[in-house]
Amino acid sequence: MVTPQEIAESALAGRGDRIAIVDETSTAHLRWAGNAVIGNGVVHSRTLTVIESVPGAGIGVVSREGALDRDAVRSAVAEARATASRAAPAPDAHPLPTAAERHWSRPPTGTSSAALAGVVGQLAEVFDRARARGESASGYAEHEVRTTYLASSSGLRLCHAQPGGVLDLTVHRADHTASGWAGADLADPAEADLLAGYTGIAARLDAPRHHVDLSPGRYEVILAPSCVADLMIHLHGAADLQEALAGGTVFSGPDGGTRLGERLAEAHLTLASDPAAPGLDCLPFTVVRAPGPGASCFDNGTPLRRTEWISDGTLANLVGTRHAARSTGLPCTPRIGNLVLSGRATDRTLDDLVAGTDHGLLVTSLWYLREVDPARLLLTGVTRDGVHVVKGGEVVGTAHDFRFDESPVELLARVVEIGRPEPTLPREWGDREYRTAMPALRVEDFTLSSAGTGV
Amino acid sequence: MPVHPFVATNSRSPGSCSSFDGVSGSSRTATATARLLAEAALEGARRLGARHASFRLDRVRTGRLVLFDGSVHTAHDSTVTGLSVQVWHDGAWGFAASGEVTARSARDTAGRAVDQARFCSALGREEEPVPEPVHDGTWSSGFRIDPFSVPEAERADLPAAWSARLLAAPGVAHVHAKVVAVREDKFYADLAGTSTAQRRVRVHPQVVVAGGSTALRTVGPPTGRGWEYLLGEGWDWDAELAALPGLLRAKQHARPVVPGTYDLVIDPSQLWLTIHESVGHATELDRVLGHEASYAGTSFVRPGDVGGLRYGTPLMTVTADRTTPHGLATVAYDDQGVAAQSWDLVRDGVLVGSQFDRRTARVAGAARSVGCAFAESALRPAITRMPNVSLAPAPGGPTTEELISAVDDGIYLVGSDSWSIDARRGNFQFTAQQAHRIRRGELAGQLGGVAYQSETRAFWGALSAIGGAGTYQVFGADLCGKGQPVQTAAVSHGCPTAVFQGVRVRNTAGSW
Repeated sequence: MVTPQEIAESALAGRGDRIAIVDETSTAHLRWAGNAVIGNGVVHSRTLTVIESVPGAGIGVVSREGALDRDAVRSAVAEARATASRAAPAPDAHPLPTAAERHWSRPPTGTSSAALAGVVGQLAEVFDRARARGESASGYAEHEVRTTYLASSSGLRLCHAQPGGVLDLTVHRADHTASGWAGADLADPAEADLLAGYTGIAARLDAPRHHVDLSPGRYEVILAPSCVADLMIHLHGAADLQEALAGGTVFSGPDGGTRLGERLAEAHLTLASDPAAPGLDCLPFTVVRAPGPGASCFDNGTPLRRTEWISDGTLANLVGTRHAARSTGLPCTPRIGNLVLSGRATDRTLDDLVAGTDHGLLVTSLWYLREVDPARLLLTGVTRDGVHVVKGGEVVGTAHDFRFDESPVELLARVVEIGRPEPTLPREWGDREYRTAMPALRVEDFTLSSAGTGV
Repeated sequence: MPVHPFVATNSRSPGSCSSFDGVSGSSRTATATARLLAEAALEGARRLGARHASFRLDRVRTGRLVLFDGSVHTAHDSTVTGLSVQVWHDGAWGFAASGEVTARSARDTAGRAVDQARFCSALGREEEPVPEPVHDGTWSSGFRIDPFSVPEAERADLPAAWSARLLAAPGVAHVHAKVVAVREDKFYADLAGTSTAQRRVRVHPQVVVAGGSTALRTVGPPTGRGWEYLLGEGWDWDAELAALPGLLRAKQHARPVVPGTYDLVIDPSQLWLTIHESVGHATELDRVLGHEASYAGTSFVRPGDVGGLRYGTPLMTVTADRTTPHGLATVAYDDQGVAAQSWDLVRDGVLVGSQFDRRTARVAGAARSVGCAFAESALRPAITRMPNVSLAPAPGGPTTEELISAVDDGIYLVGSDSWSIDARRGNFQFTAQQAHRIRRGELAGQLGGVAYQSETRAFWGALSAIGGAGTYQVFGADLCGKGQPVQTAAVSHGCPTAVFQGVRVRNTAGSW
């Protein structure tokens, strides 16, 4: 079989300013519901993305997943070239990063169902325990390895193998009076601990089940790390420098410009990305398969380094391409595949935050977050699988899930306590490109806009 | 050698099927190759003891064109090709897929699918899928001009011309235009003897105009048509673009809505999304059974509710189908080889049906699947996905103007914007592109910050009037996500203008 490196070299053959990205993807997954497996699979595929840049014209992007023979490569290159030659000049045109080599000769890394053998073993026990307690367990395990080969006519020959994955578990009581959720990144299946996830959920379900009806209003909430991750992903997604400069985003300045340098939170919160973050490692160079907000194809191969987006509560950087950097005089700060939010050094856990709360709501996970006002980054969304009422430092009851309105930017100013960051799975955006480590947060005046009707 | 089999039928009317005899010679060769791959895979699965096995070979091509102020910002053409095998082996299911399209890969993939079934067999067994008559046919959706046959420059020229026209209008500072075109070729074969080949085409042009701090998007929907759609066949783009600058200026001067309860007159361009979220997804049997409990969510509907649950007022009749001409979920056969059908979900306000496939049909008490299996490509397993789900108009019912004239104090909503619904498909919130105040039966200017919040059965229980066939229009979604691994599907929703009494309206700008 033709190697991914040969595919990339073949795509670069001939004249032209060109980038070839080959993604070799191998995935194994397992899905269960109602204490039984309902799906599984193994998938192997290969994708070639050709980005052609024609000086004085624009760029053309063609990608082909599967059935990649030499004819397919040739036609992809020809189509990309034809598109580029007709395109308007790209405003972000920039010479490609100069020659560099990294692990180029490495073969692709794969995975198989064997990677999930440990999960399967634990799952049988979870099913048994759930049945015995009158519960229904549902969830998903996926392990994926994507080996990316990035080559360019400017001499880039870069390779990176990125493992990733999802392990999530939801448990419902059979009478639908309560539910709980736990999730984790499954980049390393050997660390999968489904039983620990189940035990944690069971403990929450065993907490006092006195039901409390909530009314619309403002509440103090303790957001579990997964909730914080989903909110910070929205914040980071809105943090594009050029869009902020164009006006109308939450990071646009009131009289033009941006809010860079503005204090967003009194608390000493730092939001950062670092490709070398322990346990959250991600692509150490930029890979842009298609242009978009904050993403320029001309930045492919740019080395990535730790970047603070919020430093000690102050907006420090917005996502910026090399083009944005050139036109603003600001540093080039591309998007990076992880996000870490932290406060001052602390060992306080979610349970510690609960213990320190007089009156509040503990929220397990968030769902269906949608933007309703980009100028504030106001989101509407719902809580999911676990709202617990806290009084005097203890969980004393449960409440139905509820709809809320919050801006993750404005919320930072109402943070009153910060836990220690821990690796977490964002419930809604866990299947996307970010690996996250987030603290639990205690937040004042969280807006509950309408009460829900069940779990 | 890798092969690239695909279907290349001529356009036929939607729903029509024919034998391979009507297909061109080159396509016959391609389909013959697909049959050979299927034979290799299915024979391999049979030898390994699979009682049921299906083979899929898909090629899905997507063209995305994005323009900013008339200049092409992104031109991205992608194609996903792959083959997959699904087996039912000793009571367990197994799925495997590969991007390598060769006979050897087909055999290996079948072997991996059987391995998967064995791997999971200790964790429970599932009943045999319900039977389906054997089919042998080809089908093509109702498009006239394959968008990928249009020269690329021409494909960019049209939205560029639209952009230039809009930029010349007062109040328009920027124009974003996007055209997405998809051509999907699917081949399916199974051990029972079914063999089908289908081609579907869809397009979705969108234009957003911006001025000041306000933006407004066209409401023209995605549709199962070809490039002719952009030329005005099926939607009057000329009229919509002509109206856009004036509507944007009016939106720029919109008064903030006063929160409260209002009678809502909801245009089909807005109501379709509420139908999608609160009826379409809520009546998917896999959600009802809890299969999506950990991801896309469940439903307030319980397995025994069909036939008894009051969903809304007697004005509410909702149909499901995979046969509507130009529908985004319209096919001749689903991804389990089941022929397309149509049926009722809600009749006179009562839940009477659900959506299921061959794996879940028995739970619904059905001897045959209604044909709701779909996978976005061969690299994903087929799961229960929504057919076209539509609200029926009232025979001889009123016009939109007549519905508005009967409202004393309300809001007329046009075009979908943001949406959010809870994991049981109960509590929801929707916003619109345009919100027009209604005072004493007349439109009285646009309102800003309008979001309506309700709960599914309360909302449909507030349905007080429904428009006639003249108000009926078909809209839809082309990026509906569901399943793990997550995959997208496209689906259409037809509906008339409808009136809902006493719905809670919030102001997203602050007060609730």
